[in-house]
Amino acid sequence: MSFTPQLPPVAKLEQKTVIDLVASGKRIDDRTADSYRPLQIQVGLIEKANGSAQVSLGKSKVLVGVKVETGTPFPDTPDEGVLTVNAELGPLASPLFETGPPSEQAIELARVIDRGIRESKAVDMKSLVLLKGKKVQVVFVDIYILDHDGNLIDAASIAALAALASAKLLKAELKGDEVVYRPGLHPLPLNNHPVAVTFAKVGKTIVVDPVLEEEQVMNARLTVTIEKNGNICAMQKGGLSGFTQDELKTVVHLAVQKAAENRAKILAAAKG
Amino acid sequence: MPEPKQPEKLIDDKGVRIDGRRLDQLRPIKLEVGLLDKADGSAYIEQGKNKILVGVYGPREAHPKHIALPDRAVLRCRYRMAPFSVDERKNPAPSRREMELSKVIRESLESVVLTDLYPRTTIDVFIEVLQSDGGSRCAGITAASLALADAGIPMRELVAACAVGKIQGHMALDLSDAEDKYGEADLPVAWVPNANLVTLLQMDGILTINEFEKGLTMALDACKTIHSMQQEALKKKYLVIKEVAEEREETEVVA
Repeated sequence: MSFTPQLPPVAKLEQKTVIDLVASGKRIDDRTADSYRPLQIQVGLIEKANGSAQVSLGKSKVLVGVKVETGTPFPDTPDEGVLTVNAELGPLASPLFETGPPSEQAIELARVIDRGIRESKAVDMKSLVLLKGKKVQVVFVDIYILDHDGNLIDAASIAALAALASAKLLKAELKGDEVVYRPGLHPLPLNNHPVAVTFAKVGKTIVVDPVLEEEQVMNARLTVTIEKNGNICAMQKGGLSGFTQDELKTVVHLAVQKAAENRAKILAAAKG
Repeated sequence: MPEPKQPEKLIDDKGVRIDGRRLDQLRPIKLEVGLLDKADGSAYIEQGKNKILVGVYGPREAHPKHIALPDRAVLRCRYRMAPFSVDERKNPAPSRREMELSKVIRESLESVVLTDLYPRTTIDVFIEVLQSDGGSRCAGITAASLALADAGIPMRELVAACAVGKIQGHMALDLSDAEDKYGEADLPVAWVPNANLVTLLQMDGILTINEFEKGLTMALDACKTIHSMQQEALKKKYLVIKEVAEEREETEVVA
Protein backbone atom coordinates (compact mmCIF):
# COMPACT_ATOMS: atom_id res chain seq x y z
CA MET A 1 0.00 0.00 0.00
CA SER A 2 1.28 3.43 -0.92
CA PHE A 3 1.25 6.15 1.74
CA THR A 4 2.25 9.80 2.08
CA PRO A 5 5.99 9.88 2.85
CA GLN A 6 7.44 11.85 5.72
CA LEU A 7 9.54 14.91 4.94
CA PRO A 8 12.88 14.85 6.82
CA PRO A 9 12.99 17.60 9.49
CA VAL A 10 16.00 19.32 7.93
CA ALA A 11 14.17 19.58 4.63
CA LYS A 12 11.34 21.30 6.45
CA LEU A 13 13.70 23.91 7.87
CA GLU A 14 15.33 24.46 4.48
CA GLN A 15 12.00 24.57 2.67
CA LYS A 16 11.58 28.34 2.65
CA THR A 17 15.18 29.04 1.60
CA VAL A 18 15.01 26.62 -1.32
CA ILE A 19 11.64 27.91 -2.55
CA ASP A 20 12.61 31.58 -2.16
CA LEU A 21 15.86 31.04 -4.06
CA VAL A 22 14.10 29.35 -6.96
CA ALA A 23 11.44 32.07 -7.01
CA SER A 24 14.14 34.73 -7.35
CA GLY A 25 15.66 32.94 -10.34
CA LYS A 26 18.52 31.32 -8.42
CA ARG A 27 19.04 27.84 -7.08
CA ILE A 28 20.61 26.38 -3.97
CA ASP A 29 23.58 25.13 -6.03
CA ASP A 30 23.93 28.24 -8.19
CA ARG A 31 22.39 26.97 -11.41
CA THR A 32 19.84 28.45 -13.76
CA ALA A 33 16.39 26.84 -13.88
CA ASP A 34 17.13 25.09 -17.18
CA SER A 35 20.61 23.74 -16.56
CA TYR A 36 21.84 20.32 -15.47
CA ARG A 37 24.47 19.68 -12.85
CA PRO A 38 27.88 18.59 -14.20
CA LEU A 39 27.52 15.20 -15.87
CA GLN A 40 30.24 12.57 -15.92
CA ILE A 41 29.91 9.21 -17.63
CA GLN A 42 32.37 6.33 -17.42
CA VAL A 43 31.74 3.07 -19.22
CA GLY A 44 33.19 -0.41 -18.85
CA LEU A 45 34.13 -0.26 -15.17
CA ILE A 46 32.72 -3.70 -14.47
CA GLU A 47 34.60 -6.23 -16.57
CA LYS A 48 32.28 -9.11 -15.72
CA ALA A 49 29.22 -7.32 -17.00
CA ASN A 50 28.42 -7.17 -20.74
CA GLY A 51 28.05 -3.45 -20.37
CA SER A 52 28.36 -1.02 -17.49
CA ALA A 53 28.33 2.69 -16.84
CA GLN A 54 28.80 4.90 -13.83
CA VAL A 55 27.20 8.30 -13.97
CA SER A 56 27.72 11.27 -11.70
CA LEU A 57 25.10 13.95 -11.94
CA GLY A 58 26.38 16.51 -9.49
CA LYS A 59 26.74 14.47 -6.31
CA SER A 60 24.25 11.80 -7.36
CA LYS A 61 26.02 8.60 -8.39
CA VAL A 62 24.47 5.68 -10.23
CA LEU A 63 26.03 2.48 -11.52
CA VAL A 64 24.25 0.39 -14.14
CA GLY A 65 25.29 -3.09 -15.17
CA VAL A 66 23.95 -4.90 -18.21
CA LYS A 67 24.06 -8.69 -18.26
CA VAL A 68 22.91 -10.83 -21.17
CA GLU A 69 21.96 -14.44 -20.51
CA THR A 70 19.95 -17.17 -22.21
CA GLY A 71 16.39 -17.76 -21.12
CA THR A 72 12.87 -18.43 -22.32
CA PRO A 73 10.68 -15.82 -24.02
CA PHE A 74 7.27 -14.72 -22.72
CA PRO A 75 4.46 -16.82 -24.24
CA ASP A 76 2.84 -13.74 -25.85
CA THR A 77 6.09 -12.62 -27.53
CA PRO A 78 7.74 -15.87 -28.75
CA ASP A 79 9.77 -14.01 -31.39
CA GLU A 80 11.34 -11.44 -29.09
CA GLY A 81 14.07 -11.42 -26.46
CA VAL A 82 13.38 -10.33 -22.90
CA LEU A 83 14.27 -7.04 -21.22
CA THR A 84 14.29 -6.76 -17.43
CA VAL A 85 15.02 -3.55 -15.55
CA ASN A 86 15.57 -3.53 -11.81
CA ALA A 87 16.65 -0.78 -9.43
CA GLU A 88 18.35 -1.11 -6.09
CA LEU A 89 18.07 1.82 -3.66
CA GLY A 90 20.41 0.44 -1.06
CA PRO A 91 21.05 1.93 2.39
CA LEU A 92 24.58 3.00 1.45
CA ALA A 93 23.23 5.63 -0.92
CA SER A 94 21.16 7.68 1.50
CA PRO A 95 20.00 7.79 5.12
CA LEU A 96 16.49 7.77 3.64
CA PHE A 97 16.92 4.27 2.17
CA GLU A 98 16.42 1.08 4.11
CA THR A 99 17.14 -2.59 3.54
CA GLY A 100 14.33 -4.95 2.66
CA PRO A 101 12.09 -5.54 -0.33
CA PRO A 102 12.14 -2.86 -3.07
CA SER A 103 10.38 0.34 -2.04
CA GLU A 104 7.74 1.94 -4.23
CA GLN A 105 10.35 4.55 -5.15
CA ALA A 106 12.67 1.80 -6.43
CA ILE A 107 9.85 0.14 -8.35
CA GLU A 108 8.77 3.43 -9.90
CA LEU A 109 12.35 4.26 -10.89
CA ALA A 110 12.89 0.87 -12.54
CA ARG A 111 9.55 0.99 -14.33
CA VAL A 112 10.10 4.51 -15.69
CA ILE A 113 13.54 3.53 -17.07
CA ASP A 114 12.05 0.28 -18.43
CA ARG A 115 9.25 2.20 -20.17
CA GLY A 116 11.70 4.51 -21.94
CA ILE A 117 13.84 1.63 -23.25
CA ARG A 118 10.89 -0.63 -24.12
CA GLU A 119 8.57 1.90 -25.77
CA SER A 120 11.30 3.45 -27.91
CA LYS A 121 12.25 -0.12 -28.96
CA ALA A 122 15.84 0.75 -28.05
CA VAL A 123 17.03 -2.85 -27.74
CA ASP A 124 16.50 -4.82 -30.95
CA MET A 125 14.43 -7.58 -29.34
CA LYS A 126 14.00 -9.59 -32.55
CA SER A 127 17.76 -10.05 -32.85
CA LEU A 128 17.86 -11.77 -29.44
CA VAL A 129 15.91 -14.86 -30.53
CA LEU A 130 17.86 -18.13 -30.70
CA LEU A 131 14.93 -20.52 -31.19
CA LYS A 132 11.49 -19.00 -31.64
CA GLY A 133 9.27 -19.57 -28.61
CA LYS A 134 11.93 -21.62 -26.81
CA LYS A 135 15.25 -19.87 -26.34
CA VAL A 136 16.08 -16.20 -26.40
CA GLN A 137 18.63 -13.87 -24.90
CA VAL A 138 17.54 -11.95 -21.82
CA VAL A 139 18.92 -8.47 -21.25
CA PHE A 140 19.11 -7.53 -17.57
CA VAL A 141 19.57 -3.85 -16.79
CA ASP A 142 20.40 -3.49 -13.10
CA ILE A 143 20.44 0.00 -11.65
CA TYR A 144 22.51 0.50 -8.53
CA ILE A 145 22.17 3.79 -6.69
CA LEU A 146 25.47 4.66 -4.97
CA ASP A 147 24.81 8.20 -3.77
CA HIS A 148 21.44 9.96 -3.74
CA ASP A 149 21.55 13.71 -4.16
CA GLY A 150 18.39 14.04 -6.23
CA ASN A 151 17.12 13.25 -9.73
CA LEU A 152 17.91 9.56 -9.69
CA ILE A 153 15.64 9.01 -12.69
CA ASP A 154 17.79 11.03 -15.09
CA ALA A 155 21.07 9.69 -13.68
CA ALA A 156 19.76 6.14 -14.03
CA SER A 157 18.41 6.77 -17.52
CA ILE A 158 21.74 8.18 -18.67
CA ALA A 159 23.68 5.31 -17.08
CA ALA A 160 21.32 2.70 -18.52
CA LEU A 161 21.68 4.05 -22.05
CA ALA A 162 25.47 4.36 -21.72
CA ALA A 163 25.70 0.78 -20.42
CA LEU A 164 23.48 -0.58 -23.20
CA ALA A 165 25.30 1.39 -25.89
CA SER A 166 28.69 0.11 -24.71
CA ALA A 167 27.58 -3.48 -24.07
CA LYS A 168 29.43 -6.24 -25.90
CA LEU A 169 28.32 -9.84 -26.21
CA LEU A 170 29.49 -13.12 -27.62
CA LYS A 171 27.60 -14.39 -30.62
CA ALA A 172 25.24 -17.06 -29.32
CA GLU A 173 24.06 -19.90 -31.57
CA LEU A 174 21.98 -22.97 -31.14
CA LYS A 175 23.64 -26.32 -31.86
CA GLY A 176 20.95 -28.93 -31.42
CA ASP A 177 19.50 -28.12 -28.03
CA GLU A 178 22.56 -26.41 -26.67
CA VAL A 179 23.56 -22.79 -26.80
CA VAL A 180 27.13 -22.32 -27.97
CA TYR A 181 29.04 -19.07 -27.98
CA ARG A 182 31.33 -18.14 -30.82
CA PRO A 183 34.43 -16.16 -29.93
CA GLY A 184 34.59 -12.50 -30.81
CA LEU A 185 32.56 -9.76 -29.20
CA HIS A 186 29.93 -7.73 -30.98
CA PRO A 187 27.87 -4.78 -29.75
CA LEU A 188 24.34 -5.21 -28.40
CA PRO A 189 22.10 -4.08 -31.28
CA LEU A 190 20.38 -0.79 -30.37
CA ASN A 191 17.76 0.90 -32.54
CA ASN A 192 17.03 3.92 -30.41
CA HIS A 193 18.49 6.11 -27.69
CA PRO A 194 15.88 7.19 -25.13
CA VAL A 195 16.89 9.87 -22.60
CA ALA A 196 14.80 10.89 -19.58
CA VAL A 197 14.58 14.54 -18.58
CA THR A 198 13.08 15.33 -15.18
CA PHE A 199 11.58 18.61 -14.01
CA ALA A 200 10.45 19.72 -10.57
CA LYS A 201 7.92 22.41 -9.76
CA VAL A 202 9.33 24.27 -6.77
CA GLY A 203 6.90 26.92 -5.59
CA LYS A 204 5.56 28.21 -8.87
CA THR A 205 8.77 27.77 -10.83
CA ILE A 206 9.85 24.76 -12.86
CA VAL A 207 13.47 23.65 -12.74
CA VAL A 208 15.26 20.87 -14.58
CA ASP A 209 17.42 18.24 -12.83
CA PRO A 210 16.27 18.89 -9.24
CA VAL A 211 18.88 18.45 -6.53
CA LEU A 212 17.80 16.56 -3.37
CA GLU A 213 16.90 19.74 -1.45
CA GLU A 214 14.62 20.81 -4.31
CA GLU A 215 13.13 17.34 -4.66
CA GLN A 216 12.17 17.31 -0.99
CA VAL A 217 10.19 20.55 -1.20
CA MET A 218 8.83 20.29 -4.75
CA ASN A 219 5.09 20.35 -5.43
CA ALA A 220 5.34 17.97 -8.34
CA ARG A 221 7.80 16.21 -10.61
CA LEU A 222 7.58 15.30 -14.27
CA THR A 223 9.81 12.99 -16.25
CA VAL A 224 9.65 13.14 -20.04
CA THR A 225 11.64 10.54 -21.95
CA ILE A 226 12.58 11.56 -25.48
CA GLU A 227 13.68 9.14 -28.19
CA LYS A 228 16.25 9.92 -30.89
CA ASN A 229 13.77 11.49 -33.35
CA GLY A 230 12.56 13.98 -30.75
CA ASN A 231 9.30 12.19 -29.95
CA ILE A 232 8.07 11.38 -26.46
CA CYS A 233 8.34 7.70 -25.52
CA ALA A 234 7.53 7.76 -21.80
CA MET A 235 6.23 10.13 -19.16
CA GLN A 236 5.70 9.98 -15.44
CA LYS A 237 4.37 12.60 -13.08
CA GLY A 238 5.22 12.33 -9.39
CA GLY A 239 4.76 14.42 -6.27
CA LEU A 240 1.77 15.55 -4.27
CA SER A 241 0.47 18.33 -6.53
CA GLY A 242 0.36 18.82 -10.30
CA PHE A 243 1.07 20.90 -13.40
CA THR A 244 -1.12 23.22 -15.47
CA GLN A 245 -1.67 22.47 -19.14
CA ASP A 246 0.53 25.43 -20.15
CA GLU A 247 3.34 24.30 -17.87
CA LEU A 248 3.24 20.84 -19.45
CA LYS A 249 3.53 22.29 -22.95
CA THR A 250 6.58 24.38 -22.00
CA VAL A 251 8.24 21.49 -20.21
CA VAL A 252 7.84 19.03 -23.08
CA HIS A 253 9.59 21.39 -25.51
CA LEU A 254 12.46 21.97 -23.11
CA ALA A 255 12.75 18.19 -22.60
CA VAL A 256 13.44 17.66 -26.32
CA GLN A 257 16.33 20.13 -26.19
CA LYS A 258 17.84 18.80 -22.95
CA ALA A 259 17.53 15.17 -24.07
CA ALA A 260 19.43 15.92 -27.27
CA GLU A 261 22.26 17.57 -25.30
CA ASN A 262 22.56 14.65 -22.90
CA ARG A 263 22.23 12.03 -25.65
CA ALA A 264 25.25 13.45 -27.46
CA LYS A 265 27.31 13.20 -24.23
CA ILE A 266 26.13 9.64 -23.56
CA LEU A 267 26.92 8.35 -27.04
CA ALA A 268 30.31 10.03 -27.03
CA ALA A 269 31.14 8.43 -23.67
CA ALA A 270 29.86 5.00 -24.80
CA LYS A 271 32.12 5.08 -27.86
CA GLY A 272 34.97 5.69 -25.43
CA MET B 1 -10.93 -17.25 -20.94
CA PRO B 2 -8.82 -17.25 -24.10
CA GLU B 3 -7.57 -13.89 -25.19
CA PRO B 4 -9.55 -12.29 -28.00
CA LYS B 5 -7.70 -12.21 -31.35
CA GLN B 6 -6.05 -9.03 -32.54
CA PRO B 7 -8.60 -7.08 -34.61
CA GLU B 8 -7.59 -6.46 -38.21
CA LYS B 9 -8.24 -2.74 -37.91
CA LEU B 10 -8.75 -0.57 -34.85
CA ILE B 11 -10.47 2.12 -36.93
CA ASP B 12 -12.55 1.33 -40.03
CA ASP B 13 -12.69 3.34 -43.26
CA LYS B 14 -15.44 5.56 -41.86
CA GLY B 15 -13.36 6.48 -38.81
CA VAL B 16 -15.37 4.26 -36.46
CA ARG B 17 -13.60 2.27 -33.72
CA ILE B 18 -14.08 -1.45 -33.01
CA ASP B 19 -16.74 -0.76 -30.39
CA GLY B 20 -18.57 1.70 -32.66
CA ARG B 21 -17.23 4.88 -31.07
CA ARG B 22 -15.88 8.00 -32.75
CA LEU B 23 -12.32 9.08 -31.94
CA ASP B 24 -13.43 11.67 -29.37
CA GLN B 25 -16.11 9.61 -27.70
CA LEU B 26 -16.05 8.19 -24.18
CA ARG B 27 -17.30 4.72 -23.37
CA PRO B 28 -20.60 4.61 -21.44
CA ILE B 29 -19.95 5.47 -17.80
CA LYS B 30 -22.06 4.42 -14.85
CA LEU B 31 -21.33 5.89 -11.43
CA GLU B 32 -22.82 4.90 -8.11
CA VAL B 33 -22.07 6.29 -4.66
CA GLY B 34 -22.35 4.76 -1.21
CA LEU B 35 -23.07 1.12 -1.88
CA LEU B 36 -20.96 -0.48 0.84
CA ASP B 37 -22.23 -0.75 4.40
CA LYS B 38 -19.07 -0.90 6.50
CA ALA B 39 -16.79 1.45 4.58
CA ASP B 40 -17.05 5.14 5.55
CA GLY B 41 -17.40 5.98 1.90
CA SER B 42 -17.68 3.96 -1.29
CA ALA B 43 -18.22 4.31 -5.00
CA TYR B 44 -18.57 2.07 -8.00
CA ILE B 45 -17.72 2.82 -11.61
CA GLU B 46 -18.41 1.03 -14.85
CA GLN B 47 -16.59 2.44 -17.84
CA GLY B 48 -16.83 0.15 -20.85
CA LYS B 49 -16.20 -3.28 -19.37
CA ASN B 50 -14.29 -1.84 -16.42
CA LYS B 51 -15.98 -2.62 -13.12
CA ILE B 52 -14.25 -0.99 -10.18
CA LEU B 53 -15.28 -0.73 -6.56
CA VAL B 54 -13.64 1.77 -4.19
CA GLY B 55 -13.93 1.84 -0.41
CA VAL B 56 -12.64 4.65 1.82
CA TYR B 57 -11.97 4.47 5.54
CA GLY B 58 -10.96 7.37 7.73
CA PRO B 59 -9.81 9.63 9.04
CA ARG B 60 -8.86 6.90 11.49
CA GLU B 61 -5.99 6.09 13.83
CA ALA B 62 -2.76 5.45 11.94
CA HIS B 63 -1.56 1.88 11.91
CA PRO B 64 1.38 1.22 12.17
CA LYS B 65 1.81 4.33 14.32
CA HIS B 66 5.19 5.37 12.93
CA ILE B 67 3.68 6.31 9.57
CA ALA B 68 1.54 9.03 11.20
CA LEU B 69 2.45 12.64 10.39
CA PRO B 70 2.29 15.36 13.06
CA ASP B 71 0.75 18.04 10.87
CA ARG B 72 -1.55 16.22 8.47
CA ALA B 73 -3.35 13.00 7.72
CA VAL B 74 -1.51 10.33 5.79
CA LEU B 75 -3.27 9.34 2.60
CA ARG B 76 -2.96 5.65 1.87
CA CYS B 77 -3.94 4.03 -1.35
CA ARG B 78 -4.02 0.53 -2.74
CA TYR B 79 -4.89 -0.27 -6.34
CA ARG B 80 -5.53 -3.95 -6.77
CA MET B 81 -6.70 -6.19 -9.59
CA ALA B 82 -8.82 -9.22 -8.83
CA PRO B 83 -7.33 -12.49 -10.18
CA PHE B 84 -10.42 -12.90 -12.41
CA SER B 85 -10.39 -9.32 -13.72
CA VAL B 86 -8.29 -10.07 -16.81
CA ASP B 87 -8.21 -12.64 -19.65
CA GLU B 88 -5.45 -14.71 -18.10
CA ARG B 89 -5.72 -15.12 -14.32
CA LYS B 90 -3.65 -12.55 -12.47
CA ASN B 91 -1.52 -13.82 -9.63
CA PRO B 92 -3.05 -12.37 -6.46
CA ALA B 93 0.36 -11.36 -5.10
CA PRO B 94 0.91 -7.60 -5.47
CA SER B 95 2.67 -6.90 -8.77
CA ARG B 96 5.16 -4.12 -9.48
CA ARG B 97 2.57 -2.55 -11.74
CA GLU B 98 0.01 -2.43 -8.93
CA MET B 99 2.57 -0.89 -6.57
CA GLU B 100 3.45 1.80 -9.08
CA LEU B 101 -0.21 2.55 -9.80
CA SER B 102 -1.04 2.73 -6.08
CA LYS B 103 1.63 5.42 -5.81
CA VAL B 104 0.60 7.53 -8.80
CA ILE B 105 -3.09 7.27 -7.89
CA ARG B 106 -2.36 8.40 -4.33
CA GLU B 107 -0.34 11.33 -5.71
CA SER B 108 -3.24 12.26 -8.00
CA LEU B 109 -5.58 12.57 -5.00
CA GLU B 110 -3.27 14.15 -2.38
CA SER B 111 -3.73 17.75 -3.46
CA VAL B 112 -7.55 17.80 -3.19
CA VAL B 113 -7.92 16.20 0.26
CA LEU B 114 -7.72 18.69 3.16
CA THR B 115 -5.32 16.45 5.05
CA ASP B 116 -4.14 19.17 7.44
CA LEU B 117 -7.53 19.02 9.21
CA TYR B 118 -6.77 15.55 10.57
CA PRO B 119 -3.19 15.32 11.85
CA ARG B 120 -1.87 11.93 13.07
CA THR B 121 -4.58 9.95 11.23
CA THR B 122 -4.82 7.97 8.01
CA ILE B 123 -7.33 8.17 5.23
CA ASP B 124 -7.37 4.86 3.37
CA VAL B 125 -8.48 4.38 -0.23
CA PHE B 126 -8.93 0.83 -1.49
CA ILE B 127 -9.45 0.47 -5.23
CA GLU B 128 -10.51 -3.01 -6.29
CA VAL B 129 -10.58 -3.65 -10.03
CA LEU B 130 -13.19 -6.41 -10.42
CA GLN B 131 -12.96 -6.37 -14.19
CA SER B 132 -10.37 -4.54 -16.23
CA ASP B 133 -10.88 -3.12 -19.70
CA GLY B 134 -8.19 -0.53 -20.32
CA GLY B 135 -8.01 2.80 -18.52
CA SER B 136 -8.60 1.20 -15.13
CA ARG B 137 -6.28 3.54 -13.23
CA CYS B 138 -8.26 6.53 -14.51
CA ALA B 139 -11.63 4.98 -13.77
CA GLY B 140 -10.22 4.08 -10.34
CA ILE B 141 -9.32 7.72 -9.65
CA THR B 142 -12.74 8.94 -10.81
CA ALA B 143 -14.42 6.51 -8.40
CA ALA B 144 -11.90 7.07 -5.59
CA SER B 145 -12.59 10.79 -5.40
CA LEU B 146 -16.33 10.04 -5.23
CA ALA B 147 -15.75 7.55 -2.43
CA LEU B 148 -13.69 10.14 -0.52
CA ALA B 149 -16.54 12.63 -0.88
CA ASP B 150 -19.04 9.97 0.21
CA ALA B 151 -16.94 9.36 3.33
CA GLY B 152 -17.52 13.02 4.19
CA ILE B 153 -13.83 13.86 3.97
CA PRO B 154 -13.35 17.58 3.30
CA MET B 155 -11.99 18.07 -0.20
CA ARG B 156 -11.22 21.08 -2.38
CA GLU B 157 -12.96 19.42 -5.32
CA LEU B 158 -13.38 16.14 -7.15
CA VAL B 159 -10.63 14.70 -9.34
CA ALA B 160 -11.65 13.38 -12.73
CA ALA B 161 -9.47 11.14 -14.86
CA CYS B 162 -9.44 9.81 -18.40
CA ALA B 163 -6.89 8.35 -20.79
CA VAL B 164 -6.23 9.17 -24.42
CA GLY B 165 -4.10 7.18 -26.78
CA LYS B 166 -2.97 6.76 -30.34
CA ILE B 167 -4.45 4.07 -32.55
CA GLN B 168 -3.58 3.70 -36.21
CA GLY B 169 -1.96 7.12 -36.17
CA HIS B 170 -4.97 8.92 -34.70
CA MET B 171 -5.41 10.34 -31.22
CA ALA B 172 -8.39 8.60 -29.62
CA LEU B 173 -10.18 9.14 -26.33
CA ASP B 174 -10.61 6.54 -23.59
CA LEU B 175 -8.88 3.48 -25.06
CA SER B 176 -10.45 0.08 -24.54
CA ASP B 177 -8.41 -3.02 -23.69
CA ALA B 178 -7.75 -4.02 -27.32
CA GLU B 179 -6.97 -0.45 -28.37
CA ASP B 180 -4.52 -0.08 -25.51
CA LYS B 181 -2.86 -3.39 -26.36
CA TYR B 182 -2.59 -2.99 -30.11
CA GLY B 183 -2.43 0.80 -30.24
CA GLU B 184 0.69 2.94 -30.44
CA ALA B 185 0.48 4.98 -27.24
CA ASP B 186 -1.44 5.44 -24.02
CA LEU B 187 -1.64 8.69 -22.03
CA PRO B 188 -3.61 8.54 -18.78
CA VAL B 189 -4.46 11.94 -17.27
CA ALA B 190 -6.10 13.05 -14.01
CA TRP B 191 -7.31 16.60 -13.66
CA VAL B 192 -8.38 18.88 -10.82
CA PRO B 193 -10.63 21.29 -12.73
CA ASN B 194 -10.82 24.46 -10.60
CA ALA B 195 -7.18 24.38 -9.52
CA ASN B 196 -6.39 23.64 -13.18
CA LEU B 197 -3.82 21.02 -12.25
CA VAL B 198 -2.92 17.79 -13.99
CA THR B 199 -2.23 15.50 -11.02
CA LEU B 200 -1.66 12.24 -12.87
CA LEU B 201 0.22 12.03 -16.13
CA GLN B 202 1.86 8.96 -17.53
CA MET B 203 2.68 7.95 -21.05
CA ASP B 204 3.94 4.94 -22.89
CA GLY B 205 4.33 4.46 -26.62
CA ILE B 206 5.52 7.03 -29.14
CA LEU B 207 3.91 10.47 -29.49
CA THR B 208 5.11 13.56 -31.30
CA ILE B 209 4.99 16.81 -29.33
CA ASN B 210 1.92 17.91 -31.36
CA GLU B 211 0.14 14.63 -30.73
CA PHE B 212 0.84 14.98 -27.02
CA GLU B 213 -0.60 18.49 -26.92
CA LYS B 214 -3.67 17.44 -28.90
CA GLY B 215 -4.16 14.35 -26.72
CA LEU B 216 -3.83 16.35 -23.52
CA THR B 217 -6.55 18.77 -24.67
CA MET B 218 -8.82 15.85 -25.58
CA ALA B 219 -8.24 14.22 -22.19
CA LEU B 220 -8.92 17.43 -20.27
CA ASP B 221 -12.17 18.00 -22.18
CA ALA B 222 -13.24 14.47 -21.30
CA CYS B 223 -12.28 15.08 -17.66
CA LYS B 224 -14.69 18.04 -17.64
CA THR B 225 -17.51 15.76 -18.85
CA ILE B 226 -16.61 13.12 -16.26
CA HIS B 227 -16.40 15.78 -13.56
CA SER B 228 -20.03 16.81 -14.12
CA MET B 229 -21.07 13.15 -14.13
CA GLN B 230 -19.36 12.77 -10.75
CA GLN B 231 -21.28 15.74 -9.37
CA GLU B 232 -24.55 14.26 -10.67
CA ALA B 233 -23.76 10.90 -9.05
CA LEU B 234 -23.18 12.56 -5.68
CA LYS B 235 -26.33 14.67 -5.96
CA LYS B 236 -28.33 11.60 -6.92
CA LYS B 237 -27.54 9.96 -3.62
CA TYR B 238 -27.66 12.95 -1.32
CA LEU B 239 -30.70 14.70 -2.82
CA VAL B 240 -32.69 11.51 -2.18
CA ILE B 241 -31.52 11.52 1.45
CA LYS B 242 -32.50 15.17 1.73
CA GLU B 243 -35.98 14.46 0.34
CA VAL B 244 -36.51 11.60 2.76
CA ALA B 245 -35.42 13.81 5.66
CA GLU B 246 -37.73 16.62 4.59
CA GLU B 247 -40.67 14.25 4.22
CA ARG B 248 -40.03 12.91 7.69
CA GLU B 249 -39.89 16.41 9.08
CA GLU B 250 -43.25 17.23 7.48
CA THR B 251 -45.00 14.16 8.90
CA GLU B 252 -43.59 14.94 12.34
CA VAL B 253 -45.01 18.47 12.18
CA VAL B 254 -48.45 17.10 11.16
CA ALA B 255 -48.39 14.57 13.98
